This record gives sequence, C-alpha cells and structure tokens, in this order.
Amino acid sequence: MGTYILRRLVFAVPTLIGISMILFLILALAPGDPLAQFAADPSVPPEVRENIRRQLGLDDPIHIQYLKWFRSMISGDWGFSFASRAPVASLIWQRLPQTLLVVGSAYVLSVLIAIPIGVLSSIRPYSWFDNIATTFAFVGFSVPTFFTGLVLILVFSVNLRWLPFIYDSTLRVNSFETFILQIKQMIMPVTVLALFQTGAMTRFVRSAMLDNLPQDYTRTARSKGLAERTVIIRHVLRNSLIPVVTLVALGVPTIFSGAIVTEQIFRINGIGELLIKSIQNSDTPVVMAITFIFATLVVLFNLIADVIYGILDPRIRYD
Amino acid sequence: MTASVGAGSQVSGQLAQRQRAPRTLWGDAWRRFRRHRLAMAASVVLLTMIVICVLGPLVYPPSPTRIDFSKALLPPSAQHWMGTDDLGRDMLARIMLGGRISLAVGIAAMLVAMSVGVLVGATAGYWGGRIDNILMRITDLFLALPVVPLLLLLIFLFRDRLRQLMGPEMGIFWLIIFVIGILNWMTVARLVRGSFLSLKQREFVEAATCIGVSRPAIMFRHILPNTMGPIIVAATLSVGSAIITESVLSFLGLGFPPDTPTWGRLLYDGQNYLAMAPWMVLFPGFFIFLTVLSINFMGDGLRDALDPRQRQ
Repeated sequence: MGTYILRRLVFAVPTLIGISMILFLILALAPGDPLAQFAADPSVPPEVRENIRRQLGLDDPIHIQYLKWFRSMISGDWGFSFASRAPVASLIWQRLPQTLLVVGSAYVLSVLIAIPIGVLSSIRPYSWFDNIATTFAFVGFSVPTFFTGLVLILVFSVNLRWLPFIYDSTLRVNSFETFILQIKQMIMPVTVLALFQTGAMTRFVRSAMLDNLPQDYTRTARSKGLAERTVIIRHVLRNSLIPVVTLVALGVPTIFSGAIVTEQIFRINGIGELLIKSIQNSDTPVVMAITFIFATLVVLFNLIADVIYGILDPRIRYD
Repeated sequence: MTASVGAGSQVSGQLAQRQRAPRTLWGDAWRRFRRHRLAMAASVVLLTMIVICVLGPLVYPPSPTRIDFSKALLPPSAQHWMGTDDLGRDMLARIMLGGRISLAVGIAAMLVAMSVGVLVGATAGYWGGRIDNILMRITDLFLALPVVPLLLLLIFLFRDRLRQLMGPEMGIFWLIIFVIGILNWMTVARLVRGSFLSLKQREFVEAATCIGVSRPAIMFRHILPNTMGPIIVAATLSVGSAIITESVLSFLGLGFPPDTPTWGRLLYDGQNYLAMAPWMVLFPGFFIFLTVLSINFMGDGLRDALDPRQRQ
C-alpha cells in the first residue's frame, strides 16, 4: 500500500510541473509587455526602465524565468495585486471561507441526494421512477447554472420575496436569527450548484450499481437467503461506492469551477468572483495565482482519488 | 410436369419476396435511433430550433438592432412575441440572431475538438510505441488542466490582440472556438486510440497493408470509418457543452461584445432587469436549455443506435 501511494505521489509531481509549464507558456506567449505602462510614461527615463526590467528578471532566458516563477508559485509567494496593491495571498485567504462554505454544502448535499436516487433507479431500471430520475438528471446537466440561478431569483426573491438574492458575506452568525439568515441566503446558491452536480452523480451511481447487480456475489448473497434490502445496501452498494468515491474526489475541482458562475449570480465575494473581477481589471498576478490554485486542486484531488481507490479496492495495484 | 414447374417458380417468387431490402449499417442505426422516442422528439425540437434561428429572421419583421426607447421593456405581445429589451429592441429577433452565433460556435468548437482528438488518437493508436506513449501523456496532462479558469485566462490574455487583428466579432469568435476546442479533445483522442488499437490487428488492415496502401490512407480511409459511431456520439454531446461554455463566457462578460446578442450575452444583459422584464432572461435561457437538452437526448439516442455494445 505504502509503495502504491508513494508511486502515485511521484507521478503527481510531473503533472503539476507540466501544468505549471503550460500556464507559464500561455503567460509568456500572451501579447503585451508587463512594463507597457512605464514605456508610455515619458517621465520614466529609459535607463530606469532598463533597471526595472533587469531587476524583475524580464531579460533572463525563458527557462530561468520559469524556474523563478514556479518556485515562488509553489512557496505561496504570489506577489501583489495590480489593482489593490495588497498581497495576492491575503486577498485569496479573505475570499476562501465564503467559497468553501457554499461549495462544501452544495457538494455534501448533492452526494446525499445522488446516492439514494441512483440506487433506487438501478433496482428497477427503466421503471417510472428511473425514467423520472433520468429526465431530471438530463435536465440537471443541460440547464446552464446561471439560468437556474436567475430563475430561482425570479421566483423566490422577486415574486415570492422569501429569499435574499444578494449574498451578504459580512453577516456574522452569532445568534439563532443570524443563523436562519445565513441558511436563507445560502439556499439558492447551494441549490444551483448542487443541481448540476447531482445530475451527473446520479447517473454514475446508477451505472455503478447496474455493473454490480448481475455479479455472482450478488446471486450468492440472495441465495443465502438475505433480505433484498441487505443484499442491496450491504453488498451491492458497498462495492458500487468504490468508483463513486473516486468520482466524488474528482468532482471537487469541477464544483469549484461551478462556483465561479454561481458567485457571479449571487454576488458572493468568493474566489470565483475575485477571479472575474481581476480579469476585468487586467490584474494578472491575481488571475495567475487563482488559476494555479485551481490547477493544484485538480492534481491534488486526482491523487486523492487514486489513493482512495487503491485503499478501497485491493485488486487495484500499480505496476 | 408443367404444374411442378409452376409450383417451383411460385416458391422462388415467394423467397424473393421474403428477402428484405438490403440492410446497411446506417440503415440499422437509423432503425435503432427511431425506436428511441425521446431522442426522436429531441431531434425534432433541435431541427425546429435551427430552422427558427436560420430562417426566422426572413419572415419575422422586427429588427434585432433598431433601438427605440419608446418601446423599451415591453412585455410579450402580438407585435413583439417575446417582448423588447431595455433599448426597445425585439427579443425574438435578437434570440434568433444570437442562436445563429451560439449554434455556429457550438458546431465550430466541436469541429476543432474532433479534428485534434481524432488526429491525436489515430496517430497514437496506429503508430503505438513511443509516439503513443508521448501523445497519451500529453492527453493526460490536458485532462488535468482546470478547464474553466484556463478558458477565462486564455481569453483574458489574448482577446485584445485578436480584436485588433480580426475585428471585435471575428476575433472573439475564433478565440472562443479555438480555446473551447483545444480544451475538449481529450476524451475523443482516448476513444479513437482505443478503437485503433483493436482495429489495426484486423484482417482488413492487413489486407490493405499487403496491397500497398499508404499509412495515412489506412488510418483515415480504412480504420477511421469503423470508429465513426462513438465519434459521432462524442461530437454531438460536445456541441451541447460548447454552447453552454460559450454562454457561460458571455454571461461572465468575457464572450462576445455587447452588441452581439449570443444567448449567454442576452442573459447577461437581462439579469439587471429581472424584476421589471423577466422575459429578457426567461426566453434566451429557455432557448439554451431546450437546445442543450435536445442535443444531450439526441446523443443518448445516437449512443444506443451507433454503439449497441455500450448500451446499459
């Protein structure tokens, strides 16, 4: 087991390096000089401009530039925001809790919904329940999240006036009333994010169950005289959850990407909103740092998925 | 004697009648597809959608671009079937115009993704060995890229230059289809590689090699047509996801310029008038939803029709 994990870890590192190279290459190929503003400014003499260039290492060969950049990215030294002059890392730390709260609740919710629905669908495939669940799943991943979000706002905020349509992140939960307010403002963003994720996951649980239901061990369990319920839950579901757990781990980066849109709709000041705002302000350091974080998330959760899969299914061996 | 001859010819006549019309591969697929009722309904909806967007502007009189403040934010009526926007422009006319762009982006991005995917997959599968190894590592690397943030980053970095080079609309159109395509070829590449690995061992490939057919011709003329089924399914589904991706970009304000009414852009413009003019959001959103849902159902039906072994 230990060597398996170690091997996956050793393979994750080149992936991260590869991704960082692609990111850096994109940045290096992008048109535009980082010192364009200085170049246009007549009060900056050319010698000063040259000095700044040299100090920033802009004249270094590209691989040296890359190594420097990669080292600072890895060590969390992401520089300063062009727009607010604040360190990028602290900007991101400020935004992280809101994103984690919404994304985390949405993800837990969608797993809790998807597993029972997927199981019930698979027990009687092509029954009316399965057909309804399938239709909902298709609707779930065919509706763009921003449209669901706007429709929810229209119904529950504009017409019914039940829920606030702007997320107030200054709200501090310190009493029962504020707790209710927090729940109320989270309902819509979480629903929007969960709807999309649940659709895909339900289909996956269903097909994993259908793979395991005709297996020999299922027949053995039934012929031992176990109750159908026990067969499904203790035997089939347990084995079907192995690929599902992997998918749950692999889906984490996806739901973070989904948060970019959701945060935009509900004006949640999370990481996604910071990314969009920085793009609009041409705030390159922040954009690069957030993209790098997303890339790291993907690699990290790929690794976690591999490791969990190795632990849960002893048949998987890396060779 | 004559009677028995007559009987014989009668029998052969019956046999000839019983022999059905020759069945082709595509004919079989079509028959299986037709049985999938949801997929058939979805195809009809999708076709209607395309006809509305392509031919609609020819028969529907209001202009999608004429600004008229006296008609701003009008609800749907006989004159403006889907109401008007904040500048008094007709929503249906704008949706039809935007549909052309959204559908074109979806199809063009699919073509980019399929070309790259087929090329990489076919090369890796047919050549094998080291080339396969390198190409598959690159595919794995691309699969590990964070798609949405990278899309945003690429558009952020390159849009101004392309705007200068090709004009605001063509520049962003090429950028979007290229970027969506380049981030979505990986599944097709894996699919095609898998089929090539098994197909290249078959007798017909050996036969083609024996009569001296060149390698590219074997790859694309002999093997590739046999992998068309799964490719078509993947292509169909990727049109849907490309349409969604484009609308997300437009919704985030990073897509087409404001006066180009793609479906996502219409939603972006409409979100500020949600309370006053919900039709500005509901109609374009409904068009995206219906189109993508139809494409997904159609893809499902095509999977059943073209790839019977994959059926669950």
